[in-house]
Amino acid sequence: MAAAAIAALTVFAILFLWVESETAVAGLVLAAAVVVVIGGRLGWLGQVQAAFGQHETLLNGGVIVAVLAITAFFYRDHFALLMVATVLLYILACLGLTIQFGYAGILNFSGAAFFGIGAYTAAVLTAHTLVPHLLVLLAGGAVAALIGSMLIYPVLRTRGHYAAVVTIAFALLFKTFLEVNDVLGGPQGLAVANMNLFGWDFGQGVELGPLEASFILNYVLLASLLVIIGMLLVKRLERSWIGLDMDAIRLDETASACFGIDPARWKITAFTLGNFLAGVAGALYGMMLAFIAPNNFTFADGLIMVSIVLLGGIGNPWGVVVAAGIVIILPEKLQVIQEYRFLLFAATVILILRFRPGGLLPRGLRQYFPGQPT
Amino acid sequence: MSPAPLLRSTRLTRRFGGVVALKDLDLEVHQGEILGLIGPNGSGKTTFFNVVTGIYPASAGRVEFDGRDMTRLSPQQVYRAGIARTFQRSRLCLPLSIFDNLMVGNHARLDHGLAFNLFRRRAFRAQFEANYAAARELVMLFDPPLANRLFEAVSDIPMIDRRRIEVCRALISRPKLLLLDEPSAGMTQEETRQFMDDVLTVRARMADLTIVIIEHEMNVIERITERCVVLNYGRKIAEGSYREVATDRQVQEAYLGLE
Repeated sequence: MAAAAIAALTVFAILFLWVESETAVAGLVLAAAVVVVIGGRLGWLGQVQAAFGQHETLLNGGVIVAVLAITAFFYRDHFALLMVATVLLYILACLGLTIQFGYAGILNFSGAAFFGIGAYTAAVLTAHTLVPHLLVLLAGGAVAALIGSMLIYPVLRTRGHYAAVVTIAFALLFKTFLEVNDVLGGPQGLAVANMNLFGWDFGQGVELGPLEASFILNYVLLASLLVIIGMLLVKRLERSWIGLDMDAIRLDETASACFGIDPARWKITAFTLGNFLAGVAGALYGMMLAFIAPNNFTFADGLIMVSIVLLGGIGNPWGVVVAAGIVIILPEKLQVIQEYRFLLFAATVILILRFRPGGLLPRGLRQYFPGQPT
Repeated sequence: MSPAPLLRSTRLTRRFGGVVALKDLDLEVHQGEILGLIGPNGSGKTTFFNVVTGIYPASAGRVEFDGRDMTRLSPQQVYRAGIARTFQRSRLCLPLSIFDNLMVGNHARLDHGLAFNLFRRRAFRAQFEANYAAARELVMLFDPPLANRLFEAVSDIPMIDRRRIEVCRALISRPKLLLLDEPSAGMTQEETRQFMDDVLTVRARMADLTIVIIEHEMNVIERITERCVVLNYGRKIAEGSYREVATDRQVQEAYLGLE
């Protein structure tokens, strides 16, 4: 059952990335919607969910195989691979937001700003230093976490929506700062060197025997690896006392304090960790694009990240995977809606919050271990 | 003379702007007793709990617990010193499982280090198993069937079970003093009676547990407390056994008004 679901999704993703005409894309979207609705009625979705709950390793392995299959299918297609890699990097950044918002309850609208800090860090470090590129990724995360720590004090002093306002202010500030800052290229932006891992140049096409694959394949592979690490981190965090502490402070700060939990400690941890993931994702994103500008990291992009988390299911990393795919790829394939995408996302988020507050894949109860006593 | 009280407040005062919620309150709780804290709505009972547990700082006066000055401690420090409480409106984490909620109360016995939680999964598993066993054992005292449902969401269980879980959450850290803030709220008389049976059973098992209970149901107070303190407008107006305070003229006036 679970394997069939993954296979079906893979084929669907390939078809979706493959078709060109907008009518076909719209048809696929409709078909998917019909299948989901009917599947829900017939109880298939519940069965799939239960199957995944029981066979987690299968789920993890299956999804990795699926991503590889999609990548292999489009090995020469720059555009399709670019979308796959972008989705993967957005997943990584949104996993960061999941820790912040889904667990600790800090709604961060400046996810794109921290993503951008990672990208700009990569630009500066690759242009002016000889820092090995693997470290550049970590540095992107570290700088994002560090700059994020400037926000910690106001975020801790405020609660709920007010903390969110602090992050909105930061997102707007960040873009303006980039635009007026000539050292960082101003509105024109900066060039970023391609990733080079111990002599493996990501800017070159990959030769696989007689076949030559797009250079973006490199980025897809590295991004997949990073997403796997990020997923592992988020999952382990959730399945630990720390995940519990974060849930507790999100749900009731005062009661948690009466049981010894220190809300400040876990908010700082969640905020820093989340920004770190966004920064790492941004650093690789910058290298992949080879050129970055303030317009890549606007407040609107931060909104998109938040809507991915909401749409997928707050606090469920698998929800992020599904929602990132939908939110990133759909407007690219359906150029008709490109112009209205914010309108559509806003409407979707409102509908989700109204009719299915748990998102597409609502988060379940915490399982500390697969197959623990229930 | 009896030994030093477990909890003592001296001239404890708490103001909210111009409102004096607690006024020069002298109160002693002795080791091992069940003390009832009663009084009309707004008489300062819950404020007393909130000041003792560090949610509100005291405006003046002093709180001592177990021979230590506790007046300026944070809620976290108060918890570690051995005071646990329940809340008037049940304040469990509804979307989380029963087990999760119990582990919130068990904070002091769990390892919260990043490295331990993320990388030492085997050690974590051992800690999980040990605490799962402890949680089961505790819930078993209250309601054996409930002990088999620890991984169900709290939002799915009835009010009386939520109250039980709330008390278990407070008891699992083995506090010296348990503060119960109106546990009968939202329950039927029959449920309240069952619940109080549970509390008495548990107390019989935990010999040196001291309890302060805020309650409006006078038959509950009569049944389970050994001593009562009556508050009105933030002041103590009477103290003694239930029978003594129930016949006290000032207490009757506070509840029924002047004739």
